[in-house]
Amino acid sequence: MESSVQQKIIQDLLPQKFGRKGKLWVAGLLFFCALGLAAYIHQLSKGLVVTAMRDYASWGIYISNFVFFVAISLVGSLISAVLKLSNVQWSTPLTRIAEIIAIAAITFAALIIIVDMGRPERFYNLFLHGRLQSPIIWDVIVITTYFIISILFLYFPLLPDFNLMLHTEKKQQLPFYKFYRFFGGFWKNTAKQIKVNKRAINLMAITIIPVAFSIHTVTSWLFATTYRPGWDSTNFGAYFISGAFLVGAGGVVIAMYVLRRAYSLDKYITFYHFDRIGKILVMLALIYLYFNVNEFLVPAFKMKKAEEEHLMGLFNGEYAGIFWFAITSSMLLPILILVFRKGRRPLPAFIAGSLVVVGSWFKRYLIVTPTLLHPFLPMHDVPSDYLRYFPSWEEWAIAIGSLAGMLLIVTLFARIIPIIPIQETITEIEKHEKV
Amino acid sequence: MMNTNDTSRREFLAAGLLAGVALAGCSSRSNPFQTGDTDLVKPSGKMVKLLSVDGEVIEVDEAFLKPVPDLPPVSNEAARAGIKGKKFVMVIDLSRCKSLKKCQTACNHMHQVHPGQNWIKVYPMQDADHTAPYWQPTTCMHCDEPPCVKVCPVDATFKRQDGIVLIDSDRCIGCRFCMAACPYSTRVFNWGDPGLSPEVAAQPYSCETSIPQKVGTVGKCDFCPDMVREGKLPHCVSACPNGVFMFGDILEDTVTNGDETFRFSDLIRDKAGYRLMEDLGTKPSVYYLPPVNRNFPFKNEEGAEQTKKS
Repeated sequence: MESSVQQKIIQDLLPQKFGRKGKLWVAGLLFFCALGLAAYIHQLSKGLVVTAMRDYASWGIYISNFVFFVAISLVGSLISAVLKLSNVQWSTPLTRIAEIIAIAAITFAALIIIVDMGRPERFYNLFLHGRLQSPIIWDVIVITTYFIISILFLYFPLLPDFNLMLHTEKKQQLPFYKFYRFFGGFWKNTAKQIKVNKRAINLMAITIIPVAFSIHTVTSWLFATTYRPGWDSTNFGAYFISGAFLVGAGGVVIAMYVLRRAYSLDKYITFYHFDRIGKILVMLALIYLYFNVNEFLVPAFKMKKAEEEHLMGLFNGEYAGIFWFAITSSMLLPILILVFRKGRRPLPAFIAGSLVVVGSWFKRYLIVTPTLLHPFLPMHDVPSDYLRYFPSWEEWAIAIGSLAGMLLIVTLFARIIPIIPIQETITEIEKHEKV
Repeated sequence: MMNTNDTSRREFLAAGLLAGVALAGCSSRSNPFQTGDTDLVKPSGKMVKLLSVDGEVIEVDEAFLKPVPDLPPVSNEAARAGIKGKKFVMVIDLSRCKSLKKCQTACNHMHQVHPGQNWIKVYPMQDADHTAPYWQPTTCMHCDEPPCVKVCPVDATFKRQDGIVLIDSDRCIGCRFCMAACPYSTRVFNWGDPGLSPEVAAQPYSCETSIPQKVGTVGKCDFCPDMVREGKLPHCVSACPNGVFMFGDILEDTVTNGDETFRFSDLIRDKAGYRLMEDLGTKPSVYYLPPVNRNFPFKNEEGAEQTKKS
């Protein structure tokens, strides 16, 4: 291949400085992060009493946000590992985006769980007195593992890109030159290094799949290991995993659209990519719909007394609005949009992706709180504000702050490292030219 | 047999009164709480004059002197292990309950439970439209297969050898998984500052007294193991004027509400005792006697609306 083409690709894909919009975006995210941090400091001084959680609704949007983050982080394994192992070529430009989303999400999943703790300063007890029989310990183990593998899975394919950037003409002017040199300086593109790296990435692609399945299955078990109606379900692991792949893919579509526009990546993230990921989204939404039918129709057919209160609350009662919105927004509408070729163009796909993500966020809320407000024994002998749950401003601020924080990490990664793998893109094009 | 027990108890109490002064040099190395410990002590022949609880001056052999049961405070290790050779049970007789809630008041007061929260709840229950309503007081069920203990990541809530399930508020991280796991909604959380008086807050914490309550940790009915250690009844049992609660040791096959004592197995057999949510397999230590032949008619003034809503 001519090196001018190669130079063009490198130039196109090098991290770019923030424009005016980019700066505004970052400033906005920082503002929400700061607001969330302020709310958390307030919570630390007063205790969890500043939240709207009480003895019945003892978990609220912190936990549903946690589930949401864990869910969206699964996309790293979907795009980078599942598609890679199935020899899908078109997903190459999306792998890094997916991996960055995974890392950002899993980071905030861990943080938000600490936010939810009544005594966060005793976190070390998990290591000092940890008991393997508790699903929380399983979650700590698998989430840590997933985080580390995801970092490596982002890092290994980056090495050739670091090397490329360190050898560009204007390398000294690159703002993160020292960063690249520190992390990628040892990479000399030798045949041996390339071989080792390739093997490592393949190994990683295989190991990350069971770990990814574990993190969300174990997260579902935090609920399914209890007796409560709405949680006591053997369907829960599969239900959570399928929902996670859906919301993660939705997140990737959003990121694809935004980054494509922000960095003019039209040549690299094409209509073809939107078409493909759109089809995948339809498939994932159908799978999730299938598990939802299982999750709700089977207990609704029997209507056991304890389940009945919970289910009627969702179908027809106080949560009906959110419930039908979540089902429509995260599954029905996206399927309806993306099933058509025109619906898989960038803009409608972006809209469908956004619907998926927003609907999924509310879906997680519905998984956590309504169940807690339908205990076996009737709610009794408590103050009246214990009988319902609507998040306090501190909870909203922290939840929004954590979402902003996740977007901030994605944004900063996109600023520092090439958001589309340069070396892999060049290799792909070379391959095509040979054919 | 009865007589000897009486004397030893009197000696015991009297000794306790002066323990602080008279026993400064007494060794507490042998476990003073061990059952039957008194029998092993040989009289030394040296008598000490003491003032008994009812104002009589009595003479006690020095060898029988012991520190009061509160001293030294039970170590965390001992509190976690529980009392050897005991297996505590409670029987709640629904036919005697008229929702006076004296149990609740006493419990809340003795454990400094946060205002508004309750460890003991008295539910107005009606299982179906045409079945009889009744009052159902609930404590912690102290399950033999406790779902809360299963899920606790740090061993902050634990099952003792005497059957009691306790919480170590010095270790609890406040994840509230136990609250989600408990099907009896028995656990409460200290969402904010527990609002204790300085005297209470200054007390040394023990999982057996559950005080002082600590912000950011879970609390629940503890079967008053501090009282039980002293051979006394839990506060709810002694506070109930109708004798609803009976407490005892299943290994001794006896339960008592303070006034009456029953053979546990007879009581459960004769009155068809049962446990709550048996189908879940939690194996509670709290048994219920059905609300038949009631002492009081069911009158629900305060609870009616609330139950309907929930």
